[in-house]
Amino acid sequence: MSKIGIPRTLAYFIYFPFWKTFFEALGQEVVVSPPTTREIMDIGVREAVNDACIPIKLYHGHVAYLADKVDYIFCPRLVSVRKHGDFGTETFCPKFLGLPDMVRLALNNLPEIIDERVDLKKGKDELLKVCARVGETLGQSGTEIKRAFKQAMKVDGRFKQLLYQNYTPVEAMAMIFDQQEHIPPPRQETDLKIAVVGYPYAIYDAYINAGILKLLQKEKVRVYTQDMLSDKTMNRQARTLPKSMFWYFSNRAVYGALHFMQEKGIDGIIHITAFACGPDSIVDRLLEIESRRRNHIPYLAIAVDEHTGEAGIRTRVEAFLDMLRFRRDKA
Amino acid sequence: MKISFPHMGYSYIAFKWLVENMGHECIIPPEPSKKTLDLGVRYAPEFACIPFKMLLGTYLEVAEKGAEVILTSGGMGPCRAGLYWVMHQYLLDELNTGIKVVAFEPPLCDLRDFLKKLHWIRKTGGLSLKAFIQVLRITWEKIKAIDEVEMYSHEIRPYEINRGDTTRSLWRALDMLDVANNEMEIKMALQEGIKLLQQIPQDKSRNPLKIGIIGEIYVVLEPAANHYIQIMLGEMGVQTDRSIYLTAYTRKNTIVNLEGDIFSVAKPYLAEAPIGGHGVNSIGETLLYAKHGFDGVVQLAPFACIPEIVAKSILPAISRDHGIPVLTLFIDEQTGKAGVQTRLEAFVDLLEKRRQYKATHKNARLVV
Ligand code: SF4
Ligand code: SF4
Repeated sequence: MSKIGIPRTLAYFIYFPFWKTFFEALGQEVVVSPPTTREIMDIGVREAVNDACIPIKLYHGHVAYLADKVDYIFCPRLVSVRKHGDFGTETFCPKFLGLPDMVRLALNNLPEIIDERVDLKKGKDELLKVCARVGETLGQSGTEIKRAFKQAMKVDGRFKQLLYQNYTPVEAMAMIFDQQEHIPPPRQETDLKIAVVGYPYAIYDAYINAGILKLLQKEKVRVYTQDMLSDKTMNRQARTLPKSMFWYFSNRAVYGALHFMQEKGIDGIIHITAFACGPDSIVDRLLEIESRRRNHIPYLAIAVDEHTGEAGIRTRVEAFLDMLRFRRDKA
Repeated sequence: MKISFPHMGYSYIAFKWLVENMGHECIIPPEPSKKTLDLGVRYAPEFACIPFKMLLGTYLEVAEKGAEVILTSGGMGPCRAGLYWVMHQYLLDELNTGIKVVAFEPPLCDLRDFLKKLHWIRKTGGLSLKAFIQVLRITWEKIKAIDEVEMYSHEIRPYEINRGDTTRSLWRALDMLDVANNEMEIKMALQEGIKLLQQIPQDKSRNPLKIGIIGEIYVVLEPAANHYIQIMLGEMGVQTDRSIYLTAYTRKNTIVNLEGDIFSVAKPYLAEAPIGGHGVNSIGETLLYAKHGFDGVVQLAPFACIPEIVAKSILPAISRDHGIPVLTLFIDEQTGKAGVQTRLEAFVDLLEKRRQYKATHKNARLVV
């Protein structure tokens, strides 16, 4: 049995249930790094190339945390997860494409890295093939791998169902893995409805965004994110744009935001973006303009980085909420 | 129609000819200046890359001069460049410029769209298909000739005895190419231009340092964006080589094309390609420059350029493994010419010392 380390950031928030189930069904032990802490961030900031964005630095920190605790680091090279976009070439931010190489060269004393290339646009069986290659690295047989794959697909299906029922990935994972049968929807009393869009690693990492989801919850805000929408719902928005983004996570954020802009009852949109993020320089301005053109829905962008202070975010969010309430009461 | 296009180095000479000979009016994009950048910075998203900002500034400048259409390229990713036109159009609309950005997506991606746009340009200009193809052919010859003289100028500049001779002759050569109207004239202008450059008084006894220039295409191709780095280095007595030219892929004589597939060269260090922009090229080219005995490499990158950041994180390992120093210059709106000059001088100094050390080191061993 080997220990496999999965960093709790970047694509973690979408693929963890699948891969955890897969590895465990193969009899491996999965070790996940803890939610981001100050130490993890400091290590990341120190070790990663200093021009990188904060999520990439954080990833380095999480890998460093796991390095001496596991036999493998799971750092797949995400190239595509579907055939999508104007030319069918949707991929991930270039930093994802170079991630395994960046990590390997930046950090010392790493265990073996599982950097299997994930390029699912090539065909329907690709994911199984990826699993087969990962399984072989670990010395598993074909039948074991198939069985584990099936199990992982099942759990992944359940995970998505929970997301569509408006649970966040963090909540859904807790329900699946921590036997929390039911997280009672804590938001009976709803004052405002807000769509929070952005990259999962910016929205659901409470450290990097200074706990914005909690803050909203405390303010009796019902939060929706793009991850609660089905692909079908989101992809409808593609046609309303001159051209789709090239990047999976960016398209999800854009489509999600555009969908919520037209959704009745949504009071405002908050876009959480990483400071100096390349793709977001386009995503953010596009959403700002579209929110004005479509429906005049209030829009707030919050850029997070290693210096984001809780106080700063709180002030801006509270001012935004005040404005929304004022707007509603006036109507 | 009044048509303009992005300014990239000296290519505007050929594109101006193209627009005019397609039967349209050309609004020549001015060389990017402080004003261009200021305009771009004012209206672009804060974290847009420098090329995006400079182009936006350029478009706003040509808008003032009455341009109605911008012709540019699209792209299929993975980097932002292929989405430039989308965001530029949004911003130009917000500012009510009335400009339409027409982007040619790669024909391999969308041939119909590509042909449709070509057809539109041709029809509105009133050219027959035959004449149109001829115009495109001549434009291509022009671009090739422009690249040719520029390439040659970088080769001889470090030998010039009177500082500035090369650049002056380059400009005269470009002027001659500017007025050439057919393949014959282009050929003659090119010959004349090369001759002009050859006639510059040179000191061939020099043994200039050799530096490879790598990085993102816009800041590599646009001297106004990189503070004329190749001229600056040339006048410091350094020979520079770069692989990025608009006509690069048709060339057999550049180092990079000698070595076949650049992606496979880069593979030991970066196992994925492409990653957008020239990220993988930067890695592969550094390896090639090391192999071909260059003294150093300068990486030119827009601030926060995603693929070049990936490359930069990998370059130190190459530098170490292959003993080739790399200087990364990230270019943003604050970068000043003096700062670039100082850093280059220090880098050149370091390379000189390394060379001397290597020479004495070798001698020492020979004695023993
Ligand atoms: S999408 Fe933005 S935040 Fe994410 S890795 Fe790329 S640059 Fe960083
Ligand atoms: S390669 Fe660099 S400069 Fe070009 S679009 Fe990408 S980030 Fe911007």
